[in-house]
Amino acid sequence: MTTAAPPVPARPALTRRRIDTWGLAFQGALIFCLIACFAFLLVLLADVIGDGWVVFSDRGGEFLTSNLSSRPAQAGVWQAIKGSLMLAAFVVVISFPLGIATAVYLEEYARDTRLTRFITLNIRNLAGVPSVVYGLLGLAVFVELLGNDRSGGGLTGGRTLLSGGLTLALLVLPIVIITASESIRAVPSSLREGGYGLGATQSDVVRSLVLPNAAPGILTGTVLSLSRALGETAPLILTGAVVSTFFATPNQSVADQIRGDYTALPVTIFTFARQAKPEFKNELAPAAILVLLAVTLLCNAVAVLLRARYDTER
Amino acid sequence: MTAVPIDLTGNKGRHRREALIRRFFLAAALSSIVVSAAIVLSLFFEALRFLRDVDLSTLWTSGWYPRRNQYDVKTLFMGSLLVTGVAMVIATPLGLGAAIYLSEYAPPGARRVLKPILEVLAGIPSIVIAFFAISWVSPEVVQRINPDAPLYTLLAAGIGVGILVIPLVASVTEDALRAVPRSLREASYGLGAKRVTTSMRVVFPAAISGIVASLILAASRAIGETMVVALAAGGSGNSAFTTDVFSQGQTVTAAMMSLAFGTDRVAGGGGSEAGAAYQSLFFLGLLLFIVTMALNYVGDRFVRRVREAY
Repeated sequence: MTTAAPPVPARPALTRRRIDTWGLAFQGALIFCLIACFAFLLVLLADVIGDGWVVFSDRGGEFLTSNLSSRPAQAGVWQAIKGSLMLAAFVVVISFPLGIATAVYLEEYARDTRLTRFITLNIRNLAGVPSVVYGLLGLAVFVELLGNDRSGGGLTGGRTLLSGGLTLALLVLPIVIITASESIRAVPSSLREGGYGLGATQSDVVRSLVLPNAAPGILTGTVLSLSRALGETAPLILTGAVVSTFFATPNQSVADQIRGDYTALPVTIFTFARQAKPEFKNELAPAAILVLLAVTLLCNAVAVLLRARYDTER
Repeated sequence: MTAVPIDLTGNKGRHRREALIRRFFLAAALSSIVVSAAIVLSLFFEALRFLRDVDLSTLWTSGWYPRRNQYDVKTLFMGSLLVTGVAMVIATPLGLGAAIYLSEYAPPGARRVLKPILEVLAGIPSIVIAFFAISWVSPEVVQRINPDAPLYTLLAAGIGVGILVIPLVASVTEDALRAVPRSLREASYGLGAKRVTTSMRVVFPAAISGIVASLILAASRAIGETMVVALAAGGSGNSAFTTDVFSQGQTVTAAMMSLAFGTDRVAGGGGSEAGAAYQSLFFLGLLLFIVTMALNYVGDRFVRRVREAY
């Protein structure tokens, strides 16, 4: 609209403010969709907090430090927290170096050959494979093939934390590769050319120019994939995580724990939610969910903040 | 004066070191191919053994009863189809609506706040959504629509899966909408089009490949989703054929879960002592793998078409 009022009244048809009913209705519908998405999130959080908070107000930190038990008043999630942390360690130790090295090869070293295109396509496909299929891979390879005394010399010990950790590490590998590749691609090529101009070798350029500059993006991707790994349930159940309310963990060394029975937070939530006693389903499951959400949402928040800082710096 | 010989080949040790580092990175990249090969081989090997050992007529009977050697895949695929259908009915309008609002209507400030909230929804683990499906969706939504419905239904599972894939639909669609060049919108406004006309008749058709891709990828994700269905659809090891979303049911993924623990827990130790139930797990995995691969391939083709156009 023009700023100055016209000296002569224009024809009403041009100036009359018509209300665009259809347009407003459409905009209203769009806002409704967005609000519905947020409402799901809010109701979910309210539901879980409303049900689970009682456990924390009654028992405080004791719920976090107790072992699993078939008696609801004593059951805790300590073994699950420990299992989840140890599984996360596998992801950090295996997927992160392997994924970042793959991304460096694809973005910095690989020429556009048939092999390179095949590897890239293959990684995109792997990222779309349902997690339960990775569970089958873990069951066939780590639990049966390598865990069997005859075929694999009992390398993994069968249904152990080692098998579950290796499976999770493979599951998040494609996600780490894809996010790391994207952040390496975003490093301006002028930096690389500057490095080569000073006589640096390719590995010097990668180590001192490309990786430091891609680090915030890579870090965001790795944190997100870690949170994905912490929330996975199905592959762990297939590779033998304990789905009952009790298993013994006497004082074991770390090596014994890695080759022993294990469970993880999401698996424990599943276990609690399936118990017949109502306290498990109505109080302990949501309380365990609160623990899991605290961990994964913290991971996600760190990732979002990292990316926000990275975006403004560029 | 003699010319000073200059050696341009450089330090040999340095060359060797570079080649070694390059080979190290190549080895890392090849590991992903090993993973794929391991997946395909482990699925094929056991699935073929299953098909060889089992009477093929038991694959098309009525009902999934692995303990009685009745492996009716039709029952499971109908369950998966119902759950995926319900999920898409929920996720398509909500995901597309949210994406159109974020891309075409929301002021930049609002977008910066709203988008991370949607990403939080995307970061919620599926087991949490699964619990939400039985603790809230089932009593508050499903049993209000049909008071006779049991607590565990295919409908509750479908709604849960729908909530799970909304962020996927929204984020892929929003990327597609934002990839539509500004000039198209400006041309539309220049012709006197209203905002709703511009969004729906200009931007939406221009981004249609990306939007279709988001729906295909979401369907693929919904079919492969396991925990929501395993917990909320109520399928135990055995399941009759059903087309009723208000009843308990079994999907491909939930059947795999109940084969892996509980009453149907397949005997550890592969080889000869493992029964047909153990191998049927891999047969289902292979079917699931093929279906999701095909959907992802089609979805990927659509995504790339958007990128080529602009």
